[in-house]
Amino acid sequence: MAQDSGTRTLISPAQLRRGPGRALYWTLLTVVIIGFTLVFLGPLYWMVTGALKSGQEIAQTPPTLFPQDPQWRNYADAWHNLALAKLLFNTFYYAAGAVLFQLVLDTAAAYSLSKLRPIFGNAILGLMLATLMIPAMVLIVPQYVTVIDLPILHISLLDSPFAIWLPLVANAFNIFLLKRFFDSIPEDLMAAALMDGASALRTLWSIILPMSRPILGVVSIFAVTAVWKDFLWPKLVMPSPETRTVSVGIYAFAGGTPMNVVIAASVIAAIPTVVIFLIFQRNIMSGLTTGGLKG
Amino acid sequence: MAITSAPAASRVTGRPAPPPAGSPRTGPGRKVRDNLTGHAFLIGAVLCFAVFSWYPMVRGVVMSFQRTRRGETTWVGWDNYLRILDDPSFWTAWQNTFYFTALALVLGYAVPFFVAILLNEFRHARGYLRILVYLPVMLPPASALFLFKFYAYDPSDAGLFNAILKALGLPTSQWMQSPEMTMPAMVIASTWMNMGSAVLIYLAALQNIPGELYEAAELDGAGIWRRIVHVTIPQTRLILALLAMLQIVATMQLFIEPLILANGAGAEDSATSVAYLIYQHGFFQNDLNGAAALGVIMLVVLAGFSAVYLRLTAKQD
Repeated sequence: MAQDSGTRTLISPAQLRRGPGRALYWTLLTVVIIGFTLVFLGPLYWMVTGALKSGQEIAQTPPTLFPQDPQWRNYADAWHNLALAKLLFNTFYYAAGAVLFQLVLDTAAAYSLSKLRPIFGNAILGLMLATLMIPAMVLIVPQYVTVIDLPILHISLLDSPFAIWLPLVANAFNIFLLKRFFDSIPEDLMAAALMDGASALRTLWSIILPMSRPILGVVSIFAVTAVWKDFLWPKLVMPSPETRTVSVGIYAFAGGTPMNVVIAASVIAAIPTVVIFLIFQRNIMSGLTTGGLKG
Repeated sequence: MAITSAPAASRVTGRPAPPPAGSPRTGPGRKVRDNLTGHAFLIGAVLCFAVFSWYPMVRGVVMSFQRTRRGETTWVGWDNYLRILDDPSFWTAWQNTFYFTALALVLGYAVPFFVAILLNEFRHARGYLRILVYLPVMLPPASALFLFKFYAYDPSDAGLFNAILKALGLPTSQWMQSPEMTMPAMVIASTWMNMGSAVLIYLAALQNIPGELYEAAELDGAGIWRRIVHVTIPQTRLILALLAMLQIVATMQLFIEPLILANGAGAEDSATSVAYLIYQHGFFQNDLNGAAALGVIMLVVLAGFSAVYLRLTAKQD
C-alpha cells in the first residue's frame, strides 16, 4: 500500500486545498471519522458494556449508554460456566497445529511446484487450484463422511485435532500465494546453491525460507484467523464438549445461559483475533491486497 | 538427501539440458531422481488434497445416487434428488437464498465500492479508517452474530436498533420476529461483518488507476459523478467483476446467519437457506445422501453462475 499523498485521485489536490473545497474536505472527513467510529466501533462498545449490565438494565427503555452498576460477575460467570479456559485452549491448540501443518506441507509443495518442477507438477497445481471453485458447503457432507471413516485406513478422526489440521492443508489459496512469492525469487540464487552441491531441502531451508518471511507471516496469520473464525466444520468434527472450539462452545451453551453471559463469552472469544489484528494489521492488509487479487 | 546438481538450465526452462555423454551421474537416472525429489516435497499436500478435497468431490456425486440404510449401501438412481425436491422447504430455501444474494449484492457489493472511493480521497486518518472497516472481519462470526441477535435486533424498544429508530422518530421493527425483516436484517449483519475485505481490495485497485486519466477527464469538463462512471468503474471493472462472482458464491452458502440469528428456519421459514437445508438433511434427518444430492444441485447452480460470468467477462475484453 503505497504512500500516495502525491498521486492524483478522483478529486484534484488543488481543489481540496482551496477555500470551499478545503472546508468541504474537512467537514466530510470529520463526518466520516465520527460515522465510521459509530458504525464499526460502536457495536463493539455496546457489546463490551452491554455484558456488564444487569438483566433488568438491559431490558430498560431507552437503553443506557453506560452500565449503571457494572456486573463484572457476568464475565466471571461466562469464564467459569462455559469453561472458557478449556475452550480457548482447544481453539489455540488447533490454530497452532494448523499453522505448523500449513507452513510445512504447503511451503514444501509450493517450493516443489515453483523451483523443482517435477513431472506432472502443472497438472497437480491445476487440480489444486480447481478446488477454489468448489464452495465449501457443497463438500461438507462427503468431507464429513470421509473424516468419520478414512479411506484405506478406516479410522475415524472425530474429536481428533487432525480432523481440523489436515483438511486445512488442502488450501489452494496458500499454495498459490507461496508459489507466486517463490516464483519471484531469482533462479540465479537457486543455480548458485545447486552449483555448491546443496540439496533441495538445504536450498529451501537456507535460501528460500529466509527470504520469504513476510509471506510466511501472512499465511500463518490467515491460518490462525481461519481456525478461530470457523464454525460449522469444527461443530461437526469436534462433537464432544471437551474438544469444542470457543465459537461452537458458546453456541452450544447459548440456549440455557443468560443473554448477558453469552455476550460476555462472545467478547472474550473475540479478544484473541482482535489483538492479533491490531498487532499485525499491516501484514494482514498487505497480504490481503497485494497477495490476494492483484496481478 | 540425494545430491541434486542438475544443470541450472533444466530448472529455468523446465526441459532437461542435454547430458554430457558418458557421465554416469546424468541421463535418465538423474531425471528420475530429480522428479522423485520434487514429488517428495509435494506428497504431503497432495495427500491432503486427495483425501479431503478431490476424493470428497467425487464421493459427493456418487453418494447422491446411493442410499445407506443400516450399514448397507444401494444404488437408488435419482431417488435422493426426488426426495429433496419434495421437501416442502426446498423452494422456500432457494427463494430465500436468492433473495439474500440479491439484497447482499445491492448492499454488500455497492456499499464497499463507494466506501473505498470515499476513503481513497482522504489524505488524513487513512490508517485509522482502514482498521475500523476491517475490524469486524476479524471477529469470530458467532460472537458478532450473538451481538446482533441479543442487542441490535432485540424487538422491544430496549434493542439498539429500535432505540436509534425511536430516537430518530422512525417506526421500530420486530427484526428477526418479522418474516419481512428477517432477510434484510441478516444482510445488514453479514455486510457489517464482511465488507472490510472488499473495501481493502477495492482500495488497492483504486490506487492503481493512473492520475492522468482523472486529469484528462477533468480537463474535458467531467464532474465527479462522470469521472466515477467513465474512469473509476472502467479502470476497476476486472476486480469489480471478480468480486461480484466471489460474493455470489459466498452469499449462496448462507449458513451461520440463519443458524444463530434465526435459530435456523426463522419466522415462517423466512430464514431457511439452501446451506441450512443441507445441514438439516445431513445431520438432523439422518439423510446424508439427500444432503449430498442437494450439494450437487447447489454446485450445478453455482457452475451456471460461473458460466454466465465467464461469458460476460470474455465479451468485455
